[in-house]
Amino acid sequence: MPFILRRLGFYLVAAWVALTLNFFIPRLMPGNAVQAIMSKFPNLQPAAYRALEAMLGVGHPGSLWHQYLAYLGDVAHFNFGTDVAEYPAQVSTLLAETIPWTLTLVGTATVIAFLVGTALGILAGWRHGGWLDRVLPGLMFLQAIPYFFLALIMLTLLAVTVHLFPLGQGYAGGLIPGWNWAFASSALYHSLLPALTIVLTSLAGWMLQMRNVMITTIGEDYVLAAQAKGLPSHRVVLSYAARNALLPQLQGFGLALGFVVSGAIIMEIVFSYPGIGLLLLNAVTSNDFPLMQAIFLVITFAVLLANLIIDLVLVAVDPRVRAQGAGR
Amino acid sequence: MTATLPVSTDPAVPAAPPRQLGRWRRLPLKAKAGAVLLGLFVLAAIIGPLVTPYDPSYQNPAFSLSLHRPDAAHLLGTTQSGQDVLSQLLVGIRMTLELALLVGVIATALSVIVGVSAAVLGGVWDEVLSLITNVFLVIPALPLLIILLGYLPKTGQTATVLVLAGLGWPWGARVIRAQTLAIRGRDFIAASRETGESTWRIIAFEIIPNEVSLIAANFVNTVLYAIGASVALAFIGLSNLSSWSLGTMLYWAQSQQALQLGAWWWFAPPGLAVALMGTALVLLNTGMDELGNPRLRDAARAGRVGGRRVRPTDPTPVLQAPPPRRSGLAAFAHSFSRSSLLDDRARGGDPR
Repeated sequence: MPFILRRLGFYLVAAWVALTLNFFIPRLMPGNAVQAIMSKFPNLQPAAYRALEAMLGVGHPGSLWHQYLAYLGDVAHFNFGTDVAEYPAQVSTLLAETIPWTLTLVGTATVIAFLVGTALGILAGWRHGGWLDRVLPGLMFLQAIPYFFLALIMLTLLAVTVHLFPLGQGYAGGLIPGWNWAFASSALYHSLLPALTIVLTSLAGWMLQMRNVMITTIGEDYVLAAQAKGLPSHRVVLSYAARNALLPQLQGFGLALGFVVSGAIIMEIVFSYPGIGLLLLNAVTSNDFPLMQAIFLVITFAVLLANLIIDLVLVAVDPRVRAQGAGR
Repeated sequence: MTATLPVSTDPAVPAAPPRQLGRWRRLPLKAKAGAVLLGLFVLAAIIGPLVTPYDPSYQNPAFSLSLHRPDAAHLLGTTQSGQDVLSQLLVGIRMTLELALLVGVIATALSVIVGVSAAVLGGVWDEVLSLITNVFLVIPALPLLIILLGYLPKTGQTATVLVLAGLGWPWGARVIRAQTLAIRGRDFIAASRETGESTWRIIAFEIIPNEVSLIAANFVNTVLYAIGASVALAFIGLSNLSSWSLGTMLYWAQSQQALQLGAWWWFAPPGLAVALMGTALVLLNTGMDELGNPRLRDAARAGRVGGRRVRPTDPTPVLQAPPPRRSGLAAFAHSFSRSSLLDDRARGGDPR
């Protein structure tokens, strides 16, 4: 338990840093952000001007400290203010519409990529020098491709040249989102190509890392001892080598998550997938700062939460982590 | 490990004396391939902009040159507004590489400063610096980059370089701190302390020289991050869109519907250039890893002695001198001699 409490404390600090950065960045930037935004949206009402001032802290309604407290209170109530590009829509409404799409697509694809990549890494590490090692340079190439570029290639090959998959969007036009078969199957069909893209690019990274840790682990004496005892291969690989190699792999998963999720979100743009990525692009192109900032917070909190879950899994699977917690 | 023995593992080639092996020859194949590939891009970045066939921004008004397929006049075709893709690519490679190298230098310097100070100062300093490092490691960089660059005026590259470097140091700092902690406990550091060397001298002449390979690997990783992040940021339009980098090329291709128009020559070259640069850096890094950790070494060589795969449970293999090469009649005559039995062993028979 002490381990989990320490980690929880750490994530709270990280969340606080993210919130504070988010609060101070617009206040420290050169120029008057409110004027800049207002000049881009001539149709904004004076009420929006005051709302923007309050959010960006330009008009100084109250001291900085009061603004900060009010801001923390707003975030705690999921109140991210009014959107400027689609005024008077609430930012939180826009987020609520897009988060489920991203969470389902990116979440599922990332977990699949991690599981398959780790399994392949175990195999490649155990059969070091086997056929899997021969495809390593190809995998490194896949790993180095930007997500969105692979998305462009996949679309060209599988949607434009061969009409195997749809050209984009989250579901076929004319359907109304809801819990019915027509919509669900269409959404699934439209998510296949984006999911495949995420799996292909992130798979290689997990596989290479697991392979390297496996190779190092297999050199350990206890693996040799297990083999010398005459245990069946699969037992030596899974229960002795792979189980111990999993700790750095899971920790790496947590740390790489932010990177993977960011890449996947940019990729959504290519597929015009109705998730956070497309929302982010719209926010950037229309200088919609309240929305940009809210998206930053949402992604950060999602990554922190995922890291906390990974820590819980670590405690469950690895006695060393429990011992480390008890030791302090 | 058997794989580290300084003996040629190919029985046909006599082991060269180690003295003759240059540094380059000793590099793993992956590192060599990566270095050569990266060298090509550096070369393209240096001479490319000098030999561009056209001005990358020049919009040829001729209607027939809009979205022209690659031909002799335009080796990589043209964009929708008649711009030459090859010229854009050559200028873009320089711009992207320049930015990435600059970010790599600044961020690596920050990593070394933070990592070494945390480990050397210790105590509260270590706690605070490690906490900051870990917090910035776990906060996803890209969304933060997006709001920072969104607020900053989009005029030059300076803002992009500074922001990318400002968020690119934590991973390196963490690794360097761990390594410094390990080195700090070694005897030679204690010895130099005893002889009265100052802390700064110990850092500069004892600790950092021992971390050069780690710092180099970290630099390569940071350059990789900078390429990926800068291209992604430009792709969503957060960059100076009137200059040509690989990211802005992709941005224009995407926003002007290159994909829907089937103009693969427009978006494929910049994307492939990014992917190949990335591959070169990953290869370089993996190769350097293998140099430091012999266990990771290449498929054909790892765990093989005298061409035969050796499992950890096998008895320790004993290497012997490779058989002399014989040709023609000599080989035929030799096959009757008793010593020919030894050849089979060396060629992958029983090492016992």
